[in-house]
Amino acid sequence: MPPAIVIEQPAPLALPRKRIRWGEQFVHLILFIAAAISVLTTVGIVISLLMPAVDFFREVSPVEFFTGTTWAPLFLDAHFGVVPLVVGTFVISFWSALLAFPLGVGVAIYLSEYANQRVAGVLKPILEILAAIPTVVLGYFALTFVTPLLRDIGLDVEIFNALSASLVLGVLLIPTIASLSEDAMAAVPRDLRDGGYALGADKLQVSTRIVVPAAISGIIAAFVLAFSRAVGETMIVLIAAGQLAQITFDPRETIETMTAFIGATGNGDVPTGSIEYKTIFAVGLTLFVITLVMNLISIRLVRKFREVYE
Amino acid sequence: MTLVEHARRPQEPASESHRKNRAWKNRLFKAVMLFSMFVAFGTLAVLLVDTLITGWPALTSQLLTGLPSTVSEEAGGRPAILATLYLGALVLLLSVPIGVLTAIYLEEYADRTRWWNRLIEVNIQNLAAVPSIVYGILGLAFIVRGIGVGRVVFAGGLILTLVVLPTVVVASREAIRSVPDSIRQGAFALGATKWQVVWRQVLPSAIPGMATGSILALSRAVGETAPLIMVGAITYVAFNPTLFGAYTALPVQIYNWTRQPDPGFQTLAAAGAIVLLVIVLSMNSVAIFLRNRYRRQW
Repeated sequence: MPPAIVIEQPAPLALPRKRIRWGEQFVHLILFIAAAISVLTTVGIVISLLMPAVDFFREVSPVEFFTGTTWAPLFLDAHFGVVPLVVGTFVISFWSALLAFPLGVGVAIYLSEYANQRVAGVLKPILEILAAIPTVVLGYFALTFVTPLLRDIGLDVEIFNALSASLVLGVLLIPTIASLSEDAMAAVPRDLRDGGYALGADKLQVSTRIVVPAAISGIIAAFVLAFSRAVGETMIVLIAAGQLAQITFDPRETIETMTAFIGATGNGDVPTGSIEYKTIFAVGLTLFVITLVMNLISIRLVRKFREVYE
Repeated sequence: MTLVEHARRPQEPASESHRKNRAWKNRLFKAVMLFSMFVAFGTLAVLLVDTLITGWPALTSQLLTGLPSTVSEEAGGRPAILATLYLGALVLLLSVPIGVLTAIYLEEYADRTRWWNRLIEVNIQNLAAVPSIVYGILGLAFIVRGIGVGRVVFAGGLILTLVVLPTVVVASREAIRSVPDSIRQGAFALGATKWQVVWRQVLPSAIPGMATGSILALSRAVGETAPLIMVGAITYVAFNPTLFGAYTALPVQIYNWTRQPDPGFQTLAAAGAIVLLVIVLSMNSVAIFLRNRYRRQW
């Protein structure tokens, strides 16, 4: 056993004790309270959704709710199968995503790789303006312009149909996808592009085989976020897609989404405690959970892509 | 030996057809991208022109000063427009201080190794993507349960504040983060306390970015419809709104007009949409102008 070596611990640096500045402490407290408001909001949302939803599931079995295929909560012979609303939501989201994803990425590649700075400086604010159009105006546009236009070109669509709502919602999502994807592409280091050019690649090859793959997790995060926005969008579908809960994958038909049901039913004077009132919260909880899962996925992906080049 | 030979061998010239093929692909790709831009900007242009043409006949002083009516020729939107302005003012007064203080906390004060601070951060990221109608459900639950103030302008303003708060926080954080650390260190070296550094150095430099973010958030709040439907912005309000009285907001009024069968109301809806677009787009323009004007290079 080696002899124990005693090391003389140096005395800790003895700075004079700091005077506690009560003003500074007070400021810190105020700032913390402000930041805590956001957590309280989340707690409020969860509690306000959960309590009536639990009541709802006492009257309607969760099995019927999540597997039932007939949604007629306000009829005398009431059915509470949420499947038609979920299908309606995903039909709208699917078609709008199908339009918005390629176009959004196209816009992003153009702004990031092709447009010179002056052109991009003009185009980006216009995209922001597109994203800022109130959704009630977009819904009105879908109903009064896009639907008649679809009929004029010979598509046999209902007055309220999923297609025109999806098209307009898809265009609304373009700026979301474009700006997030462009951020991801801007984070790709110049060296990678230059390396590609040095090997004789042309612009198309550099864009599609170097920049897009390098930025892919950011682009996927943009997709997920845009899809979650489509799932949560209310006014466009409420105005243009109608309120007929049916399971159909034909976008020419009238459908109802989760958000449209909530918006149409919860007009502020629903009698408290009625099954109608509780239904809003059960559907709202379903919607909240779906979007929450998507957001968490998106946040993860964004974090991953941020780590790559730092 | 073979390696050297291989390296020295001059590259085969690309065949003519291969080169043409590549040029053609490049052109096609560019065309696809320009088509994407065209769809986005074309839709925006058609929407603005169509709304303007449809709504023009109803864009009269009656729309701005008249009261709602069941007859489309006599209907106006004064209570709705006024309530929207009130709501905007409320959102501005509530969301900017709370949002900026939260951003200061997260950027300057929060110790990121503490779980509660990470919780606050993830929480705000999540709130930013919660559908606005879910905030409406929150409002509905509080109002119907009698907690809160009822179906009044103030309640609507509170809910809209919560909707846009994450936007304000994110924008303010970015503005604060763009202030270089050397500014802070310099002030600390001169003996400033933490709050003095934040208040006198960081905040003044971050104001343009914060203003831009706040105006964008405000314009979003003014155009929001879904949460207001849930917290009872009612259809027919024939008097000027007060802070604690019944109200309807311009987007809700537009929504209600679109649901009327009488075509006169469709025209009114378009005219209302023009007013709303003017309010929202001018706010956005101010925000974009501010951002370009005060973009600071450190």
